[in-house]
Amino acid sequence: MIPDGDMPWLDATGPDSALVLSTRVRLARNLKGHPYWGRNSPEDREMIAAELADAARTMPSLGNATMYRLDAVSLATRRWLAERQLVSRDLAGLDPSGHVRSAAALLLGRGAGAVINEEDHLRLQGLRSGFALDAAYDVTERMDREFGVRVSFAFHPSFGYLTACPTNVGTGLRASVLIHLPALVLTTEITKVLASLAQVGLTYRGLFGEGSEALGHLFQLSNQVTLGKTEAELLEHLGRMVRQVMDYEHRAREVLRQTAAVALEDRVWRAMATLQHARLLSFEEVVNVLSGVRLGVTTRVLPDYPLATLNRLLVLAQTAHVAQSFGVRCDAESIPELRATMVRRMFEEVGRP
Amino acid sequence: MVHLTQVIGEDVSTMHLCSKCAAERGIETEVAVSHTPLGAFLAAMGTGSPGMAAAAATGEACPQCGATLDDFRASGRLGCSDCWVTFERPLRDLVRRAHGATKHTGKRYEAIDTLTLSATEQRERDQMELEEQLRLAVASEHFERAAELRDQLRVLRSA
Ligand SMILES: [Zn+2]
Ligand SMILES: [Zn+2]
Repeated sequence: MIPDGDMPWLDATGPDSALVLSTRVRLARNLKGHPYWGRNSPEDREMIAAELADAARTMPSLGNATMYRLDAVSLATRRWLAERQLVSRDLAGLDPSGHVRSAAALLLGRGAGAVINEEDHLRLQGLRSGFALDAAYDVTERMDREFGVRVSFAFHPSFGYLTACPTNVGTGLRASVLIHLPALVLTTEITKVLASLAQVGLTYRGLFGEGSEALGHLFQLSNQVTLGKTEAELLEHLGRMVRQVMDYEHRAREVLRQTAAVALEDRVWRAMATLQHARLLSFEEVVNVLSGVRLGVTTRVLPDYPLATLNRLLVLAQTAHVAQSFGVRCDAESIPELRATMVRRMFEEVGRP
Repeated sequence: MVHLTQVIGEDVSTMHLCSKCAAERGIETEVAVSHTPLGAFLAAMGTGSPGMAAAAATGEACPQCGATLDDFRASGRLGCSDCWVTFERPLRDLVRRAHGATKHTGKRYEAIDTLTLSATEQRERDQMELEEQLRLAVASEHFERAAELRDQLRVLRSA
């Protein structure tokens, strides 16, 4: 149904893949002469989508991209795209109103994409496996350059690239790193770490859920400021802070190993047992126990198990993906059972002598 | 009690937490301010920022899209790229609060045709730039620099 089925940004081959699952860079851009979302008409949005799609067709970086008109594809496809975090739930029309705005579209290439008619006319995004800020930026910046000579972006001599929301103005750059921090959560150090990140101009959110209640101990760390620093400075600063957080996580793991080795092992094996034997699983439970298994693999409590599978399960165990792989509807009552079956098959072999 | 309005990406959420729960969530009162730039300025626009209040009082609308500052205050989103020019002065205040700077220093767009400025607009922009630097110089107690900037401003205003 959708290319990139193997999700290369979750393949665990990138730098520091034991802690960092993926890196995402987004550049927000707007076309001159069209109002922003909220003030533009359906006709404006059609023109914006057509202008950008025409430009993309002749671009080396997006020439082979697939275009999804979100207002034309099925609910299942929209859910699927949102579960991969390629479009926001809002743009996919998954909020309770279920309304998809007209001419909302996604251009999807390999590890790179462009979202059209969101809050900004164009949001370019590059995704890379592991901790790879420069690589993710490079692929995004290339799309920016290629678009920039084909369409006219709104640019202000003092404010830089103009955006609908002042928090994105300037570079329009939001870089985020998806990182797994179980030991910091278990040692309760996470509160301090997150608070100190806020003080140095970074923001965080859970991959699923907010703040330190992040499900599965998965956090997205990103730059808050977008203006007044160059792209290179923003990336460098974020990168340096992420390194520091990785360092804290390693230290917290050492503390756990020294003070609670058996409790840690118990937690890891219980998590594995759930994945291997449960008959009903909610997505939340999968994410939570995956954290334990991931910690077990990266601390060598568990036998080697491909991290790529653990990463991909974060997408594959979501409802629309489970439904699709078993050929049932997203609202089928059997989803928790099917999810457990799928997970069990993937973990059957782990830990057998 | 901590009332926290978080604006992260698309999502605006308000939480009401006691300080203990807030601390558990990794939120401290001062930190929350820097963590939620838009919430903070939208709040400040009502009270703290004379520029914004004055501009809002005139009810001036963007000639391109018709949006007013009240619309912006309500939605947190500008109506179009011309809004950035129409409301440049109040937005400059807000951008400074959010980003700690008002001048983009990153990649420059060699537009097919960028927003072209008239001589008057350019002078106004230079003036705002100088006022900004002057404020910073005074705040950081660089008084010699401040005196220089004041002279430059005087020249510009008399032109
Ligand atoms: Zn409480
Ligand atoms: Zn406008």
